[in-house]
Amino acid sequence: MIHSLFLVNSSGDIFLEKHWKSVVSRSVCDYFFEAQERASEPENVPPVIPTPHHYLISVLRHRIYFVAVIQSEVPPLFVIEFLHRVVDTFQDYFGVCTEAAIKDNVVVVYELLEEMLDNGFPLATESNILKELIKPPTILRTVVNTITGSTNVGEQLPTGQLSVVPWRRTGVKYTNNEAYFDVVEEIDAIIDKSGSTITAEIQGVIDACVKLSGMPDLTLSFMNPRLLDDVSFHPCVRFKRWEAERILSFIPPDGNFRLLSYHVSSQNLVAIPVYVKHNITFREGSSQGRFELTLGPKQTMGKAVESVLVSSQLPRGVLNVNLNPSQGTYTFDPVTKLLSWDVGKINPQKLPSLKGSMSLQAGASKPDENPTINIQFKIQQMAISGLKVNRLDMYGEKYKPFKGIKYMTKAGKFQVRT
Amino acid sequence: VFSIKSYSALNLYSCSLKNEDLKEMLESNKESLKLEAMKRIVGLIAKGKNASELFPAVVKNVASKNIELKKLVYVYLVRYAEEQQDLALLSISTFQRALKDPNQLIRASALRVLSSIRVPIIVPIMMLAIKEAATDLSPYVRKTAAHAIQKLYSLDPEQKEHLIEVIDKLLKDKSTLVAGSVVMAFEEVCPDRIDLIHKNYRKLCNLLVDVEEWGQVVIITMLTRYARTQFLSPWREDALFDENSEKAFYDSDVEKEKADSKPYMMDPDHRLLLRNTKPLLQSRNTAVVMAVAQLYWHLAPKQEVSIVTKSLVRLLRSHREVQYIVLQNIATMSIQRKGMFEPFLKSFYVRSTDATHIKTLKLEILTNLATEANISTILREFQTYVKSQDKQFAATTIQAIGRCATNISEITDTCLNGLVLLLSNRDETVVAECVVVIKKLLQTQPSQHSDIIKHMAKLLDNITVPMARASILWLIGEYCERVPKIAPDVLRKVAKSFTSEEDIVKLQTLNLAAKLYLTNSKQTKLLTQYILNLGKYDQNYDIRDRTRFLRQLIVPNEKSGALSKYAKRILLASKPAPVLESAFKDRDRFQLGTLSHTLNAKASGYLELSDWPTVAPDQSVRNVEVMEPQSLERQPSTRGSDLFAYHLLVLLCSDSDDAKEKKRPKPKLDSVSSHSKASSSSDNTASSGSESEEDTDSDSEPEQKKKKKLRTALCEFQAAPSIRVSSPVFVPPKSHELLHRMSGKGLAVSYHFPRQPCAYSHRMVSVQLTLTNGRDQPLEDICVGEAGPPGIAIHRFATIERLQPEASITVSMGIDFNDSTQAANFQLCTKTDQFSVSIQPAVGELLMPVTMTEQDFLKEQGQLTGMNESSVTITIAPDSMSSQPVGRKVVSVANMGVVPSSQNSIHRFAAKTVSSGSLVLSSVVLQEASTAKLVVNTEKTVLGSVLLRELKTALSQG
Repeated sequence: MIHSLFLVNSSGDIFLEKHWKSVVSRSVCDYFFEAQERASEPENVPPVIPTPHHYLISVLRHRIYFVAVIQSEVPPLFVIEFLHRVVDTFQDYFGVCTEAAIKDNVVVVYELLEEMLDNGFPLATESNILKELIKPPTILRTVVNTITGSTNVGEQLPTGQLSVVPWRRTGVKYTNNEAYFDVVEEIDAIIDKSGSTITAEIQGVIDACVKLSGMPDLTLSFMNPRLLDDVSFHPCVRFKRWEAERILSFIPPDGNFRLLSYHVSSQNLVAIPVYVKHNITFREGSSQGRFELTLGPKQTMGKAVESVLVSSQLPRGVLNVNLNPSQGTYTFDPVTKLLSWDVGKINPQKLPSLKGSMSLQAGASKPDENPTINIQFKIQQMAISGLKVNRLDMYGEKYKPFKGIKYMTKAGKFQVRT
Repeated sequence: VFSIKSYSALNLYSCSLKNEDLKEMLESNKESLKLEAMKRIVGLIAKGKNASELFPAVVKNVASKNIELKKLVYVYLVRYAEEQQDLALLSISTFQRALKDPNQLIRASALRVLSSIRVPIIVPIMMLAIKEAATDLSPYVRKTAAHAIQKLYSLDPEQKEHLIEVIDKLLKDKSTLVAGSVVMAFEEVCPDRIDLIHKNYRKLCNLLVDVEEWGQVVIITMLTRYARTQFLSPWREDALFDENSEKAFYDSDVEKEKADSKPYMMDPDHRLLLRNTKPLLQSRNTAVVMAVAQLYWHLAPKQEVSIVTKSLVRLLRSHREVQYIVLQNIATMSIQRKGMFEPFLKSFYVRSTDATHIKTLKLEILTNLATEANISTILREFQTYVKSQDKQFAATTIQAIGRCATNISEITDTCLNGLVLLLSNRDETVVAECVVVIKKLLQTQPSQHSDIIKHMAKLLDNITVPMARASILWLIGEYCERVPKIAPDVLRKVAKSFTSEEDIVKLQTLNLAAKLYLTNSKQTKLLTQYILNLGKYDQNYDIRDRTRFLRQLIVPNEKSGALSKYAKRILLASKPAPVLESAFKDRDRFQLGTLSHTLNAKASGYLELSDWPTVAPDQSVRNVEVMEPQSLERQPSTRGSDLFAYHLLVLLCSDSDDAKEKKRPKPKLDSVSSHSKASSSSDNTASSGSESEEDTDSDSEPEQKKKKKLRTALCEFQAAPSIRVSSPVFVPPKSHELLHRMSGKGLAVSYHFPRQPCAYSHRMVSVQLTLTNGRDQPLEDICVGEAGPPGIAIHRFATIERLQPEASITVSMGIDFNDSTQAANFQLCTKTDQFSVSIQPAVGELLMPVTMTEQDFLKEQGQLTGMNESSVTITIAPDSMSSQPVGRKVVSVANMGVVPSSQNSIHRFAAKTVSSGSLVLSSVVLQEASTAKLVVNTEKTVLGSVLLRELKTALSQG
């Protein structure tokens, strides 16, 4: 399936290569570089590129292209999904997935890639299994290793791969047993000029951090499971029980994992927690434009809207802006024309606003479109859909674990057209 | 010195250091130096630098004890073996040895590396190793064997026939670990051998939920192809690809039923596949969801396909690359079935942050979904896009508007007006695209639109995009009779700029001139001739050719042939309007979700999806005659829950004895029957356990309950929570003589330990007696008489009333030996005689095997030290150094269970004494120079020391 993997940085250098079958010359990447040159933005490089003898399937994450070389028919999503899994693993191991981190840990990277694919077919992609095979590097361990000459490779061979619970390593022991669940919902919305909602959806995930000894068997139930319209599970969740009882029953992997992703049924009207008042105008023949933006909370159930960040791609004709924020700071990049305003928390008594003028290129005609405004925000302790976890129970072990559930709402792709 | 420095620091000047240093480090006897060197070498490989000259120095370390070092050597070996074939052969023997290792993970990794070494000379070795591994007891090793098949096939395609045999064997495998890998091998080596699938079809369908995600994708894709060759089409023929109008769909159904008296019945196997793949739509793996979606698209009845919609739309939340592939597939689907995605119209609205290819695909889908009902919404959305700063995208939107306008005739006028307004747009790409689209639209209904044509004529002064200018000229030429006043003026203007125009504009200028000459020669004769003269001397030969041709055609002279008479009809013939079609129109010739579909071209290795067969193929080919009961791993409903099955599985896997099929029967069958009983009961607990969680107190744990039930199922043995009595690993067939024919006056009796739980009392060992009458007259009233000594209790067998000459009978009795090897003495009585006999049990027969985890073993062992531990170091027979013989010898001597061990050099066995239920643990630690340390831990010290002695004897024998 996957023949080779090349890692290409943003300046177009191949800084790592790995082959699972015969070696494929790195000149195959020339086709990729051609496509890269043609694309105006890094994101516009097509994910699948045919070449005379191979096919290149790539993903772009953290400004690194992961380019897989394929020789024959394979579902492209298979490769794409796998490459993203590789990135997730690197991130999990090194904290960040940057060129520097990969270069510093090249041996661990190689050992990981060796375990993740055999002859181009995925072998071990579960993080729990990999961590048993190859221990993630920590500063302490690096120091110890260099002094004592011991290794990152697990002495014991993992047993998880052989079991029917392949996602959980065996022999887990903690002094403090704890299980935390984060319910995070994101609102995707497009708001039109007049402030009415064109489309709005809620997507949610439940991310878990489970540190429990032994083989715990957990069940998680909701007060209002009917809200969940479409779900996808971590493989540990027993599908039959969900279908029958709407209960999540599972033996969790050890550590961090995404238990569930869901989509809230579209019948429910989505509450939009912020509104934007805007007045952005360009006048024909004038080299000045007006820019006014005011944000306000709406349908937040009394919770504060925090970490608000507004960004907007201004038209090419704009040379510079002269704005006055009532709170927070703003930046404008005259090259990319990206305006971003770090608002912080919205105070309902004193609404944040950003007002001022834009200077336009002299003689240039009036831009015919107003910019779109992208908004990011966070609301703590609230799931906007109203989803509530009823209870979490543990079976299979005797100790009493510490349990915690946190709710949060965030903006996903939240756009306001002006 | 090196070891103190950190690796990354070394990395900096590794380039300046000569490979000589690395060689030295590799040849040193310090492990840390070697490791450091290997790390640097791997760094070189990762950068794509050549490190092949170090091969001899590296290959020496292939048998290193240090796992990390060994792994890095493997990485190196696989990378360079192809270039250094002779030297690579040096390493082969190491792998061959490791293939026989008792630890399954070591066997697997040896096979993995051996098969990755691309050296043709070792093909026979690889073939042998694969064949052996395919029958390995460990499913993990068998999985590796399946992977190795593809490697060997790509190295030497001549091995195909042999490999197909192995594939056939592995396809029958019931382990979820193996399924995905072997199907992958099947797809790569012999995808045309559909016949190999028949018998395994149902099993694969049932295993699917529990297979790992990557395997699921491969199996689903293969089964899609399979199903298309084996089942009848669930689609009504006359409604085949057209159900945009629901009414027509149902109408045709009725007709169809009238015409065809036999209604369509779906093959249950077809239904099975659809049913078992549906839950996978909820997978977190996007490739799995897509695989199921394409399966439904290609196999499900039309009305069921829409269940995949929601999941596909969900994938649009994923990464950009995933969106790209999913949108492509939705684009193809939405052409044929608008209804599927129409409710999700808004999910395809474009965001300004989307990448260009994502925007284009969304636009494509929105256009495909446009109907009379939703067109106004879509057009409003399109208006926003047209104003986008991304002008290329705006232009694409205009094309999309054009397509909507031709498809839905009601809105053609609205669109046309909208587009005309856009003609005043400041951006040229937008205007040009508008002109091109308007031209196409006008062609469909030119009669009413002379205003627009006039408007366009005016635009010619401002527009510079060649394609747009050419379009305007063509439009005016084509409809010159509708704008008789303007057309000659336009020609005059372009005549002036002719020399500076692009070729495409020049050609259209010539075209316009010719047409005007034919319709309005009075005003344009001179202009035309001027243009024709310019064209005659143009640099481009296409233009010169066209000029010559047109001149001959339109200007009558004596040489011109019959054609010129028809010039007007040729040039001004009414032309059919162009059809604006989706670029995804014919993508459905490829299976959805494939690379070929994405590329819209056949990728190498693409396997065609066949058409449905017209006559149903034989359904019975999929019938499996004997359902073996031991399908332990296969419990789709209780995914991940069945720890019990897992333990049994481990037990079976580590069952060191029966690598060969023929040795299996007896112990296997026994164990199997109790397994199936147990697994069905555990099945119940898995489902009922969860229900009962609510109704009982909250500390109750399903795991323990399961065990409780299990214990009742298995003759109620007392056991600690994690220690369970299991079935015997091995039952020695050997029987012992109790009474010789001569001393028994013709009655011969032998006994045998079946190693089964005793039916009479759980404290008793069950013994089977076989009595044979060697006399020439029947024996009557055979029974057990007095018994002793006092500590020993005997459950007698029922009196045998009559035993015919030469006949034999087997009876069973129970003896409680009280955990001692003291003989049980009793009398065998016949009607006439009494014989004193005694049964002296081997110590190993006083035990019942138990299974436990390694952790539990170590915990228990820790508690049984001091007095309770006896150990001895023994010299072991050389052939016993691997696990198979050790395990075999131990279990043949003593009825013990095998405890899974994570270290290959340690073998652990556990049992309980039958009478008192005390734990007996034994471990064999293999050491160097064919010695081993043998340890027995038990409270029953006497029994322990006897067992130690017996094990010692057994293990030291060759």
